[in-house]
Amino acid sequence: MIEVKNISKSFGEHDVLKGISAHFTPGKVSFIIGQSGSGKSVLTKCIVGLLKPDLGEVFFDDRDFYAMTRKQQKTIRKEIGMLFQGSALFDSQTVEENIMFPLQMLGQMSKDEMLDRVNVCLERVNLKDTNHLMPAELSGGMKKRVGIARAISVNPRYLFCDEPNSGLDPQTAIVIDNLIQEITREFNITTVVVSHDMNSVIEIGDDINFIHNGLIAWHGTKDQILNTEHKELNDFVYASEFMQQVRENLK
Amino acid sequence: MKLISEVGKYFMMLSQVFSKPERFIIYWRQTVLEADKIGVKSLGIISLLSVFMGAVITLQTASNIDSAWIPIYTIGFTARQTMILEFSPTIISLILAGKVGSNIASEIGTMRVSEQIDALEIMGINSASFLILPKIIAAMFLFPFLIVISMFLGIYAGALVGEWSGVITVTDYAYGIRFDFRTYTVFYALVKTVVFAFIITSVSAFHGYYTSGGALEVGRSSTQAVTNSSVLIILSNYILTQLMLL
Repeated sequence: MIEVKNISKSFGEHDVLKGISAHFTPGKVSFIIGQSGSGKSVLTKCIVGLLKPDLGEVFFDDRDFYAMTRKQQKTIRKEIGMLFQGSALFDSQTVEENIMFPLQMLGQMSKDEMLDRVNVCLERVNLKDTNHLMPAELSGGMKKRVGIARAISVNPRYLFCDEPNSGLDPQTAIVIDNLIQEITREFNITTVVVSHDMNSVIEIGDDINFIHNGLIAWHGTKDQILNTEHKELNDFVYASEFMQQVRENLK
Repeated sequence: MKLISEVGKYFMMLSQVFSKPERFIIYWRQTVLEADKIGVKSLGIISLLSVFMGAVITLQTASNIDSAWIPIYTIGFTARQTMILEFSPTIISLILAGKVGSNIASEIGTMRVSEQIDALEIMGINSASFLILPKIIAAMFLFPFLIVISMFLGIYAGALVGEWSGVITVTDYAYGIRFDFRTYTVFYALVKTVVFAFIITSVSAFHGYYTSGGALEVGRSSTQAVTNSSVLIILSNYILTQLMLL
């Protein structure tokens, strides 16, 4: 379980996060949603340690991340997998080398064991036999899947996905969503997804946190979100005509 | 104030760069790749420039000697001194700052803006050390070889051009390049080269590593990398010359 307590972060005079508290449970896909610029990505970066919060604490299964030494933080980082918005694959490496990289750097596996692990991960994301392709030869959806394969190659306990569906067509987006959900359930991972794609939220969201004005303004499930009376959340969820029609049908 | 903060950031980055590597074998492999990329692949341009500069120095020295009191072997002597003391270590390093420095800054800058550096950090890898240390080591090891090749080619091209154009015979030129030769000058040139190699790679990597934004900022970092490393090369050239030659 991941628990964040009173996280605050400012950039100059601009207070992005104003004391956010939340928790994310294993085996569930937890969403952080909110408008662009609301601080979703900043919160995620504070949780994984890419940005140091001005105030607050982050606990990974009761281990206080910011009270740890660099070496201890490294142990936690080895348990984190992350899927980046732009996939963040290493351009100069093949698919196989990309997935093998964290294993080579941090693991104690032999070359054969690493290759087996790469193939298992690629099979899991339905990208068998793409080992020797370069990232430039992959489509957007394939890049995301390789990103997921790289993230799960280290058997993570915590998985973070930053806008996993951005730039993907609706069908591929559903494939990625389902993959994230299946992996979360299969390996009992604590998964945190940052998104403003309501389709994803409704499709796979078990637990939803809505950020507004630097705070968690609403927290609930996907069933609750469709019937919420929260004004800002309603404006956010029902911004599109399609979602407005959904609301009409629900009524 | 901004300058002080940038210098502080640079030294903090260096402390990260020189921390203990995670996996020595991977760093070694990376260093070999970098040696090929930033060292061996610069050999062509360095050879071309050195050959033509050696030739031009010979012809210009010959055209400026119009007194019978100045011995003809001065042409060889001047070509040697110019190539060893200044052209090969300093001018070639300035050219390498343009070629290698912009390459390093744009490569690392692109990795930063495309979140590849964040990906390394998430994996628990010291990104500064993994990306920068192999480049620094490769450059500090390879650049002296490139400079020695540059010296040799420049001096040799001077002899050939002197002979072809009839301004000096190979015998006189050879006498000139041996005249009052001190091996210390080569040592001085190589020390300068190692310092310049460190400046080029670390300053360029610094600009790339702290890039934020998009393609425009990557381009800006690349330009700043070349400008700042060139300025630092010129400054340290003066300081080293003062310290080592006088």
